Order: sequence, then structure tokens, then C-alpha cells
Amino acid sequence: MIALECITKTFNPGTPGEKTVIRNLSLTADPGDVITIIGSNGAGKTTLFNLISGAVFPSAGEIRMKDRKVTFEPEYRRAMHIGRIFQDPLAGTASNMTIEDNMMITAKKGFRWPKISLNRAMRQKFADLVKTLDMGLETRMKANVSSLSGGQRQALTLLMTVLSGPDILLLDEHTAALDPSNAAMVMEQTQRVIQERSLTTLMVTHNMNHAIAFGNRLIMMDAGEIIVDVKGVEKQDLTREALIQMFADTRKKAFESDEVLLST
Amino acid sequence: MIEGIFVEGLIYAIMALGVFFTFRILDFPDLTVDGSFPMGAVIMATSLHAGVNPLSGLVMAFCGGVSAGFVTAAIHNKLKVPHLLAGILTMTMLYSVNIRILSNRANLPLLRVDTILTRVHSACEGILSPEIASLIFFILVVLGLKLALDLFFLTDLGLVFGALGNNEQMVRVQGVNPATLKLIGVGLSNGLVALSGAFAAQYQGFADVNLGQGIVVSGLASVMLGEFLIKSNRIWALTLRVVLGAILFKAIMYLGRYYGYYINMTPNDLKLITGVLIIISLAASNYKRLRAKGDA
Repeated sequence: MIALECITKTFNPGTPGEKTVIRNLSLTADPGDVITIIGSNGAGKTTLFNLISGAVFPSAGEIRMKDRKVTFEPEYRRAMHIGRIFQDPLAGTASNMTIEDNMMITAKKGFRWPKISLNRAMRQKFADLVKTLDMGLETRMKANVSSLSGGQRQALTLLMTVLSGPDILLLDEHTAALDPSNAAMVMEQTQRVIQERSLTTLMVTHNMNHAIAFGNRLIMMDAGEIIVDVKGVEKQDLTREALIQMFADTRKKAFESDEVLLST
Repeated sequence: MIEGIFVEGLIYAIMALGVFFTFRILDFPDLTVDGSFPMGAVIMATSLHAGVNPLSGLVMAFCGGVSAGFVTAAIHNKLKVPHLLAGILTMTMLYSVNIRILSNRANLPLLRVDTILTRVHSACEGILSPEIASLIFFILVVLGLKLALDLFFLTDLGLVFGALGNNEQMVRVQGVNPATLKLIGVGLSNGLVALSGAFAAQYQGFADVNLGQGIVVSGLASVMLGEFLIKSNRIWALTLRVVLGAILFKAIMYLGRYYGYYINMTPNDLKLITGVLIIISLAASNYKRLRAKGDA
């Protein structure tokens, strides 16, 4: 589905501020794969997502999507196949527009003509979809999204992202900015839609328990490289202690990111 | 006299709708307006003198404005020039272009030429006075444009425009090229502005290349005044308040022009008053926002 081959990304090349954030990284995700990605701050997780979505272009290497070379394709064009959710709950919706307007915008991908599609049947369809979130939002379809809580907005963003029918889902710590109960709720919804649509998913998370419990493959990144990659049966039997031991073995240093250790 | 205020307000409302589109919906502060407004006027005047039918003249003025907007958007999109600078560039270039359109003149009177207004007046001869006929004509024109704009913002394309000003990242994630949207949006907006200029030239009876000086500021003042009149998030209310704001603005300017001499004000002070009006609007909305957050 997606293949990254020997990707390197260097910011500000040839200047004193030169910084290589991704080093010779290769990664292939097969259709239906659900991959969780962990790593300390600055490991290159977000840059990896920016490279896949086309927000930044690699310094070297090749990116293929559905067997098509997309290395330098602009973000908006690649977005036809990608649904991306950010950590910031405000990033996925237009605050000054109503819930149904927001859903109409994400109901399809790509350029559109001046044609009115938001009719009664469409409104009913959206209300029914929102009802699956079980948050009572179906009665507030004409309310501005800015009146929703962070958790509600992120759940709505998830619903809208899936509505647009992507082949690949990129989740960039999408529950990190939410309180624990909302985070658990959004996580549950995420699990449900991924299973329903068997979406190929890449999920960055700071929560090691989520990373272990979720998906069929786990990747740990450090300093722009993949240092741990477990899948299948091995992934099912994975524990936190084993994971930390793996990091220590490959890196010959203690796993020191308190944030990753402490988050449960 | 009161009809005069309303007619002028309605003519400028068309321009204010264009300013509202760029400043409020697209979040693209577009200064091309100062050049595309007189552009509409000079295209209209030139085509009327050439004997072109007034309706075709209006269409040509609209198209001229659209192309001016395309230039601004293209400079911004292709050269990554900040939108303010892109607008200023086009506006400055348009000054020369407008003089060219008038065949190297700075103004052109429209006396004894058949304009859209003389046609309306002759059609209503004996039934309505010319003033009332103009008023009814412009109410219909502005209402038509307002409804067309309302309808446009309900379409799939129109909704994406709403999202662009709100959250550009969302538009890109949706697979729509923001550059294309800016091209269409700034183009349409300047088309409206030029249309407004074309009507203004016919109403005033002349076209002048300096007609647009500071017009974008008066458009912005109209938009902001309107925002004090109605609170809503529905598009029909948003466009309605722009129209009302433009009429209110013209009324304030009228008062300044005719009663200002009591406090030693001259028509030359009106630009200062316009600027102060905008500053007061900004201060008032800032204060309201702070109070809503509980900081004031």
C-alpha cells in the first residue's frame, strides 16, 4: 500500500543549522496493516508522517503509494488517498462552520463544482452517522463546531476523515491532547472504524499501552531510524518490559524517555 | 436625497460583498480592489462611448475585474509573495492599465451617453420618478447578487471556500488545491468590485482612474459596521449585514459631508473618519472578545 525506500530527510542542508531527522529509513505497509509507531520526542515520527502525506519532500529516497511513485507529488493530490488526523483537535475541522457543513466538505475528496449536495437526504445520512458516536451531537447539526469540546471535535474529525473514504489513515497522536476519558472514547471509536473499513493505518502514539494493545505491528523510532519492528505473533506477546529491553539492546543505552515510560 | 444615500449604499454594497468574500471568507486581505474598482468604471465608460450595449459593458467590466483578481492570486500562488504585497502590485499596475483603457486620459464623462440607468429611467417614464426608478433597480440588482452569492456558498465548492479561510490544512487534507481556490475566490471578488465600479461610473456620470483611492478601506468599514448590526453564522445573514453595513457607511459619510461644517469638517476629512471608524470597530470587537473570555 505504501512503501518508503531508503528515505533521508535533512532540514537546512549546507547551513550550520543542518539537521538530519530521518536516516535511510525503509518501511512497507501492506493493505490492512495497522502499525503503531512509538519513540521519544525528536525521533522523527511527525516528519515521517509529513513525508508520507507530502507536507515535506525527502532529501533522498523514494515513496510509492498503491504502486505509484509519489515522492514529490504535492500534498493536496496525495491526500486523495490519505486521511490524516492531527494531535490538535482544532486542526481537522472548520470552527466557524456547522457540523453538517463540515461533514459535507469531507464527504468527498478532490475539487468540486458549484453544485448543491447538502439536501435533506444528505442531512439525514450525516445525522445518522453522528449518532454512531453516541454523544448527542445529532441534535446539534446546525451548531458551529467551535461550540464542541476537544473530545467531541476529535471524534467528529475521525468520523469525517473516514467519511471521505481514504485508503490510508495517518493518526498523529490524535488522542494526546484529550483528557483520559475522552482519549479512551476516541481510541475506541478509532478501533471500531478501522475494523469496519479494514483501513491501512499508521498511528503515532506516546502511550506505550496503546501501542502494544493496538494493531498488528509495532515500530519504535529513535534518531530518525527504525530500531524495533515487531509484528504478528511476536507483537501479540509483547510486554512493556520486553519492549524497553529491546530498546536497550539495540541502542546500548538505557531507555530514558520518562514521557514514554510514565504514560499508561 | 435619502434615495441618493440608499442608491450609493447599494452600489458600494456590491463592492463590499467582494471585500467580504476575500477578507472574511478567504482570509485573504486583497488590496487589488483599489485598482479593480476604477477598472470596472473605465471599462464601462469606454465601452459605452464605443456604442456597446450597457449590459455587455457590465459583463466586460466584471470579466476585467476577474482577470485583475487572477493576476493577484497568481502572483501570490506562483511567486509565494505575501497576499498584501501581491494586491498592492496589481493595484499599482492597474493605475497605468486603467489610463490605457481610457486611451491615455484620466477621466471620461458619461453625459449624453446611453447608460443602463437612462434605459431604466426611460422604461419607467411616467410611472416612477428617475430617483425611485434607480432605487428600485439597484435594490433588485443587489438582491439578485446577494442571493446568487448565498446560493454559491451553499454549494460543495462554496463550502470549501468557507473552510479555506478557517483552516487551510483541512482543505489540503481533503485533496483540494488551496491555490486553485484562491484564484477562483480572488477572481470572483474582484469581478464584483469591478461591477460595482461600473455601476458607480454610470450613476455619477463619469469614470475616473482615481475613483478607487481608499475604496478597499471603505469596503472594510462597511463589512465591520455590518458586523455590529447582526450576529449570526448563517450565510444569508452574513451577506445581508454587508449590504446594510454599506448603506449605513454611506449614511455616515453623507452626514459628515453635509453637516460636518458645523464642527469645521471638510469632505477632505472623510478618509480620516473612515479610518477612525475602522479602528473603533476593531477596538470594540477586541473588547467584546476579551470580555467573552473574562479578561476585561
